[in-house]
Amino acid sequence: MMYGYAWDTTTPLTFAISILPILGIGLLVTLKAAAVGYAIALVLGLVLALLRRSRFRIVSWTVAGFTEFVRDTPLLVQLFFLYYVLPDFGIVLPAFMTGALALGLQYSAYTSEVYRGGIDAIPRGQWEAATALNLSRLRTYRDIVVPQMVPRIVPSLGNYLVSMLKETPVLSVVTVLDMLGLANMIGERTFEYLVPLSMVGLIFLPMTLICSALIYLVERALPKSGIPLR
Amino acid sequence: MTWTQYLPPLLKGAQITVTISLASIALGAILAFAAGIARTSSNRILSGIAFVYIVLFRGTPLLVQLFWFYYALPLIGISFDPITTGIMTLSLLTGAFGAEVVRGALLSVPHTQLEAARALNFSKSYTLWHISMPQAVIEMMPAFGNLAIQNLKDTALVSLISIADLTFQAQSMRNITLDSATVYTLTLVGYFIIALCLMLVMRFIEKKLRRGPAFPRSAHS
Repeated sequence: MMYGYAWDTTTPLTFAISILPILGIGLLVTLKAAAVGYAIALVLGLVLALLRRSRFRIVSWTVAGFTEFVRDTPLLVQLFFLYYVLPDFGIVLPAFMTGALALGLQYSAYTSEVYRGGIDAIPRGQWEAATALNLSRLRTYRDIVVPQMVPRIVPSLGNYLVSMLKETPVLSVVTVLDMLGLANMIGERTFEYLVPLSMVGLIFLPMTLICSALIYLVERALPKSGIPLR
Repeated sequence: MTWTQYLPPLLKGAQITVTISLASIALGAILAFAAGIARTSSNRILSGIAFVYIVLFRGTPLLVQLFWFYYALPLIGISFDPITTGIMTLSLLTGAFGAEVVRGALLSVPHTQLEAARALNFSKSYTLWHISMPQAVIEMMPAFGNLAIQNLKDTALVSLISIADLTFQAQSMRNITLDSATVYTLTLVGYFIIALCLMLVMRFIEKKLRRGPAFPRSAHS
Protein backbone atom coordinates (compact mmCIF):
# COMPACT_ATOMS: atom_id res chain seq x y z
CA MET A 1 0.00 0.00 0.00
CA MET A 2 1.45 3.30 -1.08
CA TYR A 3 -0.23 6.62 -1.95
CA GLY A 4 -3.52 4.78 -1.40
CA TYR A 5 -2.77 2.14 -4.03
CA ALA A 6 -2.57 -1.46 -2.85
CA TRP A 7 -0.51 -4.01 -4.75
CA ASP A 8 -1.57 -7.45 -5.78
CA THR A 9 1.31 -9.93 -5.78
CA THR A 10 -0.62 -13.01 -6.93
CA THR A 11 1.06 -13.12 -10.35
CA PRO A 12 3.85 -10.97 -11.82
CA LEU A 13 1.39 -9.48 -14.30
CA THR A 14 -1.18 -8.37 -11.71
CA PHE A 15 1.68 -7.05 -9.58
CA ALA A 16 3.04 -5.05 -12.50
CA ILE A 17 -0.38 -3.56 -13.25
CA SER A 18 -1.19 -2.81 -9.62
CA ILE A 19 2.01 -0.79 -9.08
CA LEU A 20 1.61 1.25 -12.27
CA PRO A 21 -0.25 4.15 -10.57
CA ILE A 22 2.48 4.38 -7.91
CA LEU A 23 5.22 4.41 -10.55
CA GLY A 24 3.19 7.02 -12.42
CA ILE A 25 3.50 9.36 -9.42
CA GLY A 26 7.25 8.69 -9.47
CA LEU A 27 7.36 9.35 -13.20
CA LEU A 28 5.98 12.85 -12.63
CA VAL A 29 8.78 13.55 -10.14
CA THR A 30 11.34 12.19 -12.64
CA LEU A 31 9.99 14.43 -15.40
CA LYS A 32 9.83 17.46 -13.12
CA ALA A 33 13.42 16.94 -11.98
CA ALA A 34 14.57 16.62 -15.59
CA ALA A 35 12.63 19.75 -16.58
CA VAL A 36 13.99 21.90 -13.73
CA GLY A 37 17.49 20.51 -14.20
CA TYR A 38 17.39 21.13 -17.93
CA ALA A 39 16.19 24.72 -17.48
CA ILE A 40 19.11 25.35 -15.10
CA ALA A 41 21.52 23.68 -17.55
CA LEU A 42 20.32 25.80 -20.49
CA VAL A 43 20.62 29.11 -18.64
CA LEU A 44 23.78 28.38 -16.62
CA GLY A 45 25.43 26.85 -19.68
CA LEU A 46 24.82 30.06 -21.65
CA VAL A 47 26.24 32.16 -18.82
CA LEU A 48 29.34 29.94 -18.68
CA ALA A 49 29.77 30.05 -22.46
CA LEU A 50 29.59 33.85 -22.49
CA LEU A 51 31.94 34.20 -19.50
CA ARG A 52 34.35 31.90 -21.29
CA ARG A 53 34.54 34.50 -24.07
CA SER A 54 35.39 37.24 -21.59
CA ARG A 55 38.31 39.53 -22.41
CA PHE A 56 39.70 39.03 -18.91
CA ARG A 57 41.96 35.99 -18.87
CA ILE A 58 41.28 35.28 -15.19
CA VAL A 59 37.56 34.98 -15.87
CA SER A 60 37.82 32.87 -19.02
CA TRP A 61 40.44 30.56 -17.55
CA THR A 62 38.54 30.08 -14.28
CA VAL A 63 35.38 29.26 -16.21
CA ALA A 64 37.26 26.88 -18.52
CA GLY A 65 38.78 25.07 -15.52
CA PHE A 66 35.43 24.92 -13.74
CA THR A 67 33.57 23.41 -16.71
CA GLU A 68 36.34 20.86 -17.30
CA PHE A 69 36.25 19.89 -13.63
CA VAL A 70 32.47 19.53 -13.54
CA ARG A 71 32.48 17.53 -16.80
CA ASP A 72 35.05 15.03 -15.57
CA THR A 73 33.65 14.25 -12.12
CA PRO A 74 30.68 12.00 -11.32
CA LEU A 75 27.18 13.40 -10.91
CA LEU A 76 26.67 11.24 -7.82
CA VAL A 77 29.60 12.82 -5.95
CA GLN A 78 28.54 16.32 -7.03
CA LEU A 79 25.07 15.50 -5.74
CA PHE A 80 26.47 14.37 -2.36
CA PHE A 81 28.62 17.50 -2.28
CA LEU A 82 25.63 19.79 -2.74
CA TYR A 83 23.40 17.72 -0.48
CA TYR A 84 25.79 17.68 2.49
CA VAL A 85 27.93 20.79 2.03
CA LEU A 86 25.31 23.43 1.17
CA PRO A 87 23.57 23.07 4.57
CA ASP A 88 26.96 23.68 6.24
CA PHE A 89 26.87 27.12 4.66
CA GLY A 90 23.31 27.71 5.78
CA ILE A 91 21.70 26.91 2.42
CA VAL A 92 19.05 24.30 3.13
CA LEU A 93 17.22 23.14 0.03
CA PRO A 94 14.69 20.33 -0.30
CA ALA A 95 16.23 17.11 -1.66
CA PHE A 96 14.38 17.55 -4.95
CA MET A 97 15.85 21.02 -5.54
CA THR A 98 19.34 19.86 -4.59
CA GLY A 99 18.98 17.02 -7.07
CA ALA A 100 17.71 19.26 -9.86
CA LEU A 101 20.54 21.71 -9.12
CA ALA A 102 23.14 18.92 -9.35
CA LEU A 103 21.69 17.75 -12.67
CA GLY A 104 21.61 21.32 -13.95
CA LEU A 105 25.17 22.00 -12.84
CA GLN A 106 26.60 18.87 -14.45
CA TYR A 107 24.77 19.45 -17.73
CA SER A 108 25.54 23.18 -17.80
CA ALA A 109 29.15 22.13 -18.35
CA TYR A 110 28.02 20.15 -21.41
CA THR A 111 25.63 22.78 -22.77
CA SER A 112 28.23 25.53 -22.39
CA GLU A 113 30.47 23.56 -24.75
CA VAL A 114 27.58 23.24 -27.20
CA TYR A 115 26.91 27.01 -27.11
CA ARG A 116 30.61 27.70 -27.46
CA GLY A 117 30.85 25.43 -30.49
CA GLY A 118 27.83 27.19 -31.97
CA ILE A 119 29.31 30.66 -31.48
CA ASP A 120 32.77 29.61 -32.71
CA ALA A 121 31.26 28.19 -35.89
CA ILE A 122 30.24 31.70 -37.03
CA PRO A 123 32.91 32.75 -39.57
CA ARG A 124 35.25 35.51 -38.40
CA GLY A 125 34.37 37.59 -41.42
CA GLN A 126 30.81 38.00 -40.16
CA TRP A 127 31.99 39.42 -36.84
CA GLU A 128 34.24 41.83 -38.72
CA ALA A 129 31.41 42.78 -41.06
CA ALA A 130 29.17 43.45 -38.05
CA THR A 131 31.84 45.70 -36.56
CA ALA A 132 32.33 47.45 -39.91
CA LEU A 133 28.59 48.09 -40.14
CA ASN A 134 28.73 49.55 -36.65
CA LEU A 135 26.19 47.07 -35.27
CA SER A 136 25.89 47.03 -31.50
CA ARG A 137 26.91 43.87 -29.62
CA LEU A 138 23.28 43.12 -28.88
CA ARG A 139 22.26 43.41 -32.54
CA THR A 140 25.23 41.31 -33.66
CA TYR A 141 24.15 38.51 -31.37
CA ARG A 142 20.41 38.85 -31.93
CA ASP A 143 20.39 39.23 -35.70
CA ILE A 144 23.53 37.44 -36.84
CA VAL A 145 24.95 34.99 -34.32
CA VAL A 146 21.92 33.42 -32.64
CA PRO A 147 19.83 32.78 -35.79
CA GLN A 148 22.67 30.78 -37.36
CA MET A 149 23.59 29.11 -34.09
CA VAL A 150 20.16 27.68 -33.28
CA PRO A 151 19.92 24.96 -35.97
CA ARG A 152 23.46 23.85 -35.13
CA ILE A 153 22.99 23.50 -31.38
CA VAL A 154 19.43 22.15 -31.11
CA PRO A 155 20.33 18.50 -31.92
CA SER A 156 23.16 18.36 -29.36
CA LEU A 157 21.08 20.12 -26.72
CA GLY A 158 18.29 17.62 -27.37
CA ASN A 159 20.63 14.67 -26.94
CA TYR A 160 21.71 16.04 -23.57
CA LEU A 161 18.05 16.26 -22.54
CA VAL A 162 17.71 12.52 -23.21
CA SER A 163 20.87 11.68 -21.26
CA MET A 164 19.75 13.88 -18.39
CA LEU A 165 16.40 12.11 -18.29
CA LYS A 166 18.29 8.83 -17.95
CA GLU A 167 20.41 10.18 -15.09
CA THR A 168 17.52 11.43 -12.94
CA PRO A 169 17.19 8.07 -11.09
CA VAL A 170 20.44 8.99 -9.32
CA LEU A 171 18.36 11.50 -7.35
CA SER A 172 16.65 8.61 -5.55
CA VAL A 173 19.93 8.22 -3.60
CA VAL A 174 19.25 11.46 -1.70
CA THR A 175 15.70 10.41 -0.75
CA VAL A 176 13.93 11.90 -3.78
CA LEU A 177 10.94 9.62 -4.45
CA ASP A 178 11.22 9.37 -8.20
CA MET A 179 10.28 6.27 -10.17
CA LEU A 180 13.34 4.29 -9.10
CA GLY A 181 13.02 5.42 -5.47
CA LEU A 182 9.43 4.20 -5.35
CA ALA A 183 10.30 0.94 -7.14
CA ASN A 184 12.98 0.30 -4.53
CA MET A 185 10.51 0.99 -1.73
CA ILE A 186 8.00 -1.42 -3.23
CA GLY A 187 10.83 -3.94 -3.47
CA GLU A 188 11.77 -3.47 0.17
CA ARG A 189 8.21 -4.02 1.34
CA THR A 190 7.26 -6.95 -0.89
CA PHE A 191 10.72 -8.59 -1.18
CA GLU A 192 9.99 -8.66 -4.89
CA TYR A 193 12.39 -6.50 -6.89
CA LEU A 194 12.19 -8.14 -10.28
CA VAL A 195 8.84 -6.70 -11.33
CA PRO A 196 9.15 -3.10 -10.02
CA LEU A 197 12.69 -2.63 -11.35
CA SER A 198 11.82 -4.18 -14.71
CA MET A 199 8.80 -1.87 -14.92
CA VAL A 200 11.00 1.19 -14.38
CA GLY A 201 13.26 0.05 -17.22
CA LEU A 202 10.25 -0.67 -19.42
CA ILE A 203 8.81 2.81 -18.78
CA PHE A 204 12.14 4.52 -19.49
CA LEU A 205 12.74 2.70 -22.75
CA PRO A 206 9.83 4.13 -24.81
CA MET A 207 10.37 7.52 -23.18
CA THR A 208 13.96 7.82 -24.36
CA LEU A 209 13.13 6.33 -27.77
CA ILE A 210 10.28 8.80 -28.33
CA CYS A 211 12.43 11.73 -27.18
CA SER A 212 15.23 10.71 -29.55
CA ALA A 213 12.75 10.39 -32.42
CA LEU A 214 11.29 13.84 -31.65
CA ILE A 215 14.75 15.39 -31.62
CA TYR A 216 15.48 13.80 -34.98
CA LEU A 217 12.26 15.26 -36.41
CA VAL A 218 13.02 18.74 -35.01
CA GLU A 219 16.55 18.51 -36.39
CA ARG A 220 15.21 17.75 -39.87
CA ALA A 221 12.58 20.48 -39.68
CA LEU A 222 15.04 23.24 -38.81
CA PRO A 223 16.27 25.31 -41.75
CA LYS A 224 20.01 24.73 -42.10
CA SER A 225 20.71 28.35 -43.02
CA GLY A 226 19.35 29.71 -39.74
CA ILE A 227 16.20 31.04 -38.12
CA PRO A 228 15.65 34.79 -38.22
CA LEU A 229 14.45 35.97 -34.83
CA ARG A 230 12.40 38.85 -36.21
CA MET B 1 41.40 14.76 12.02
CA THR B 2 43.27 16.68 9.35
CA TRP B 3 42.65 16.17 5.67
CA THR B 4 45.81 14.09 5.20
CA GLN B 5 44.26 11.41 7.39
CA TYR B 6 41.39 11.06 4.91
CA LEU B 7 43.79 10.13 2.15
CA PRO B 8 44.60 6.43 2.91
CA PRO B 9 40.97 5.21 2.82
CA LEU B 10 40.18 7.42 -0.19
CA LEU B 11 43.21 6.08 -2.05
CA LYS B 12 42.12 2.53 -1.29
CA GLY B 13 38.74 3.37 -2.78
CA ALA B 14 40.39 5.04 -5.78
CA GLN B 15 42.23 1.78 -6.48
CA ILE B 16 38.95 -0.09 -6.74
CA THR B 17 37.45 2.67 -8.88
CA VAL B 18 40.39 2.47 -11.30
CA THR B 19 40.24 -1.35 -11.40
CA ILE B 20 36.52 -1.41 -12.14
CA SER B 21 36.82 1.37 -14.69
CA LEU B 22 39.71 -0.21 -16.60
CA ALA B 23 38.13 -3.67 -16.54
CA SER B 24 34.79 -2.41 -17.81
CA ILE B 25 36.40 -0.19 -20.47
CA ALA B 26 38.34 -3.20 -21.79
CA LEU B 27 35.34 -5.56 -21.72
CA GLY B 28 33.10 -2.79 -23.05
CA ALA B 29 35.45 -2.24 -25.99
CA ILE B 30 35.26 -5.95 -26.89
CA LEU B 31 31.45 -5.85 -26.67
CA ALA B 32 31.41 -2.62 -28.69
CA PHE B 33 33.39 -4.19 -31.53
CA ALA B 34 31.31 -7.38 -31.44
CA ALA B 35 27.96 -5.55 -31.46
CA GLY B 36 29.13 -2.81 -33.84
CA ILE B 37 30.39 -5.33 -36.41
CA ALA B 38 27.25 -7.41 -35.95
CA ARG B 39 25.15 -4.31 -36.68
CA THR B 40 26.88 -3.77 -40.03
CA SER B 41 26.70 -7.48 -40.90
CA SER B 42 24.31 -8.60 -43.61
CA ASN B 43 23.14 -11.47 -41.37
CA ARG B 44 19.68 -10.33 -40.20
CA ILE B 45 19.68 -12.40 -37.00
CA LEU B 46 23.09 -11.19 -35.83
CA SER B 47 22.26 -7.61 -36.68
CA GLY B 48 18.88 -7.93 -34.95
CA ILE B 49 20.36 -9.28 -31.72
CA ALA B 50 22.92 -6.48 -31.67
CA PHE B 51 20.17 -3.91 -32.31
CA VAL B 52 18.05 -5.14 -29.39
CA TYR B 53 21.09 -5.15 -27.09
CA ILE B 54 22.08 -1.62 -28.09
CA VAL B 55 18.56 -0.19 -27.74
CA LEU B 56 17.96 -1.90 -24.37
CA PHE B 57 21.14 -0.66 -22.75
CA ARG B 58 21.22 2.79 -24.32
CA GLY B 59 17.58 3.43 -23.59
CA THR B 60 17.47 2.66 -19.87
CA PRO B 61 19.21 4.38 -16.94
CA LEU B 62 22.43 2.80 -15.70
CA LEU B 63 21.24 2.85 -12.09
CA VAL B 64 18.14 0.86 -13.05
CA GLN B 65 20.32 -1.67 -14.89
CA LEU B 66 22.66 -1.91 -11.92
CA PHE B 67 19.86 -2.49 -9.41
CA TRP B 68 18.20 -4.89 -11.81
CA PHE B 69 21.32 -7.05 -12.02
CA TYR B 70 21.99 -6.73 -8.30
CA TYR B 71 18.53 -7.09 -6.73
CA ALA B 72 16.24 -8.53 -9.38
CA LEU B 73 18.37 -11.13 -11.14
CA PRO B 74 19.12 -13.15 -7.95
CA LEU B 75 15.36 -13.64 -7.54
CA ILE B 76 15.33 -15.81 -10.66
CA GLY B 77 18.36 -17.71 -9.40
CA ILE B 78 21.22 -15.86 -11.09
CA SER B 79 23.56 -14.00 -8.78
CA PHE B 80 27.09 -12.62 -8.93
CA ASP B 81 29.20 -10.88 -6.33
CA PRO B 82 28.93 -7.06 -6.33
CA ILE B 83 32.23 -6.41 -8.12
CA THR B 84 31.32 -8.78 -10.97
CA THR B 85 27.86 -7.24 -11.18
CA GLY B 86 29.35 -3.75 -11.33
CA ILE B 87 31.92 -4.58 -13.98
CA MET B 88 29.37 -6.53 -16.01
CA THR B 89 26.76 -3.76 -16.00
CA LEU B 90 29.25 -1.02 -16.82
CA SER B 91 30.77 -3.11 -19.63
CA LEU B 92 27.35 -3.79 -21.12
CA LEU B 93 26.48 -0.06 -21.03
CA THR B 94 29.83 1.09 -22.44
CA GLY B 95 29.62 -1.67 -25.05
CA ALA B 96 26.19 -0.49 -26.19
CA PHE B 97 27.33 3.13 -26.60
CA GLY B 98 30.61 2.00 -28.14
CA ALA B 99 28.81 -0.24 -30.66
CA GLU B 100 27.20 2.82 -32.25
CA VAL B 101 30.64 4.45 -32.48
CA VAL B 102 32.11 1.34 -34.14
CA ARG B 103 29.18 1.12 -36.53
CA GLY B 104 29.41 4.80 -37.46
CA ALA B 105 33.15 4.56 -38.06
CA LEU B 106 32.80 1.41 -40.19
CA LEU B 107 30.09 3.09 -42.28
CA SER B 108 32.30 6.15 -42.78
CA VAL B 109 34.86 4.12 -44.77
CA PRO B 110 34.35 5.20 -48.42
CA HIS B 111 32.15 2.79 -50.32
CA THR B 112 34.47 2.74 -53.30
CA GLN B 113 37.07 0.93 -51.21
CA LEU B 114 34.62 -1.87 -50.40
CA GLU B 115 33.75 -2.14 -54.08
CA ALA B 116 37.43 -2.30 -54.97
CA ALA B 117 37.92 -5.04 -52.36
CA ARG B 118 35.08 -7.00 -53.92
CA ALA B 119 36.47 -6.54 -57.39
CA LEU B 120 39.76 -7.96 -56.10
CA ASN B 121 37.83 -10.93 -54.73
CA PHE B 122 38.84 -10.30 -51.09
CA SER B 123 36.76 -12.23 -48.59
CA LYS B 124 34.33 -10.34 -46.36
CA SER B 125 36.38 -10.85 -43.22
CA TYR B 126 39.60 -9.87 -44.99
CA THR B 127 37.94 -6.67 -46.20
CA LEU B 128 36.66 -5.93 -42.69
CA TRP B 129 39.89 -6.53 -40.79
CA HIS B 130 42.45 -5.39 -43.33
CA ILE B 131 40.67 -2.56 -45.14
CA SER B 132 37.78 -1.09 -43.14
CA MET B 133 38.95 -1.59 -39.57
CA PRO B 134 42.45 -0.06 -39.69
CA GLN B 135 40.94 3.19 -40.97
CA ALA B 136 37.79 3.09 -38.86
CA VAL B 137 39.63 2.50 -35.60
CA ILE B 138 41.28 5.93 -35.75
CA GLU B 139 37.92 7.59 -36.37
CA MET B 140 36.60 5.92 -33.23
CA MET B 141 39.30 7.12 -30.88
CA PRO B 142 37.95 10.60 -29.93
CA ALA B 143 34.49 9.14 -29.23
CA PHE B 144 36.03 6.24 -27.31
CA GLY B 145 37.94 8.78 -25.21
CA ASN B 146 34.69 10.46 -24.21
CA LEU B 147 33.12 7.08 -23.46
CA ALA B 148 36.06 6.16 -21.23
CA ILE B 149 35.57 9.34 -19.17
CA GLN B 150 31.82 8.69 -19.04
CA ASN B 151 32.56 5.16 -17.86
CA LEU B 152 34.84 6.44 -15.09
CA LYS B 153 32.13 8.83 -13.92
CA ASP B 154 29.54 6.06 -14.05
CA THR B 155 31.65 3.83 -11.78
CA ALA B 156 30.59 6.09 -8.88
CA LEU B 157 27.20 4.36 -9.00
CA VAL B 158 28.67 0.99 -8.00
CA SER B 159 29.11 2.42 -4.51
CA LEU B 160 25.33 1.96 -4.25
CA ILE B 161 25.62 -1.82 -4.56
CA SER B 162 28.04 -1.92 -1.60
CA ILE B 163 31.34 -1.85 -3.52
CA ALA B 164 33.97 0.06 -1.53
CA ASP B 165 35.03 2.38 -4.35
CA LEU B 166 36.12 6.02 -4.03
CA THR B 167 32.56 7.33 -3.61
CA PHE B 168 31.73 4.64 -1.04
CA GLN B 169 34.85 5.49 0.99
CA ALA B 170 33.94 9.17 0.80
CA GLN B 171 30.47 8.38 2.13
CA SER B 172 31.82 6.40 5.08
CA MET B 173 34.48 9.05 5.84
CA ARG B 174 31.77 11.69 5.88
CA ASN B 175 29.59 9.63 8.17
CA ILE B 176 32.46 9.29 10.64
CA THR B 177 33.83 12.83 10.52
CA LEU B 178 30.84 14.92 9.32
CA ASP B 179 33.46 17.02 7.53
CA SER B 180 31.52 16.98 4.24
CA ALA B 181 33.27 19.85 2.46
CA THR B 182 36.80 18.44 2.80
CA VAL B 183 35.88 14.83 2.10
CA TYR B 184 33.85 15.54 -1.03
CA THR B 185 36.30 18.11 -2.37
CA LEU B 186 39.11 15.54 -2.06
CA THR B 187 36.89 12.93 -3.74
CA LEU B 188 36.01 15.21 -6.65
CA VAL B 189 39.68 16.11 -7.11
CA GLY B 190 40.49 12.39 -7.00
CA TYR B 191 38.07 11.63 -9.83
CA PHE B 192 39.39 14.60 -11.79
CA ILE B 193 42.97 13.35 -11.53
CA ILE B 194 41.96 9.83 -12.62
CA ALA B 195 40.02 11.35 -15.53
CA LEU B 196 43.05 13.38 -16.63
CA CYS B 197 45.23 10.25 -16.55
CA LEU B 198 42.61 8.36 -18.55
CA MET B 199 42.57 11.15 -21.15
CA LEU B 200 46.36 11.00 -21.46
CA VAL B 201 46.23 7.22 -21.96
CA MET B 202 43.54 7.52 -24.64
CA ARG B 203 45.55 10.22 -26.46
CA PHE B 204 48.63 8.02 -26.29
CA ILE B 205 46.74 5.10 -27.84
CA GLU B 206 45.37 7.37 -30.56
CA LYS B 207 48.86 8.63 -31.39
CA LYS B 208 50.20 5.06 -31.54
CA LEU B 209 47.38 4.06 -33.88
CA ARG B 210 47.98 7.06 -36.11
CA ARG B 211 51.61 6.07 -36.52
CA GLY B 212 50.61 2.48 -37.27
CA PRO B 213 51.79 0.91 -40.54
CA ALA B 214 48.33 0.07 -41.87
CA PHE B 215 47.17 3.60 -42.18
CA PRO B 216 46.38 4.90 -45.60
CA ARG B 217 44.14 7.83 -44.66
CA SER B 218 46.76 10.04 -43.04
CA ALA B 219 48.93 9.55 -46.14
CA HIS B 220 46.15 11.02 -48.25
CA SER B 221 45.06 13.91 -46.10
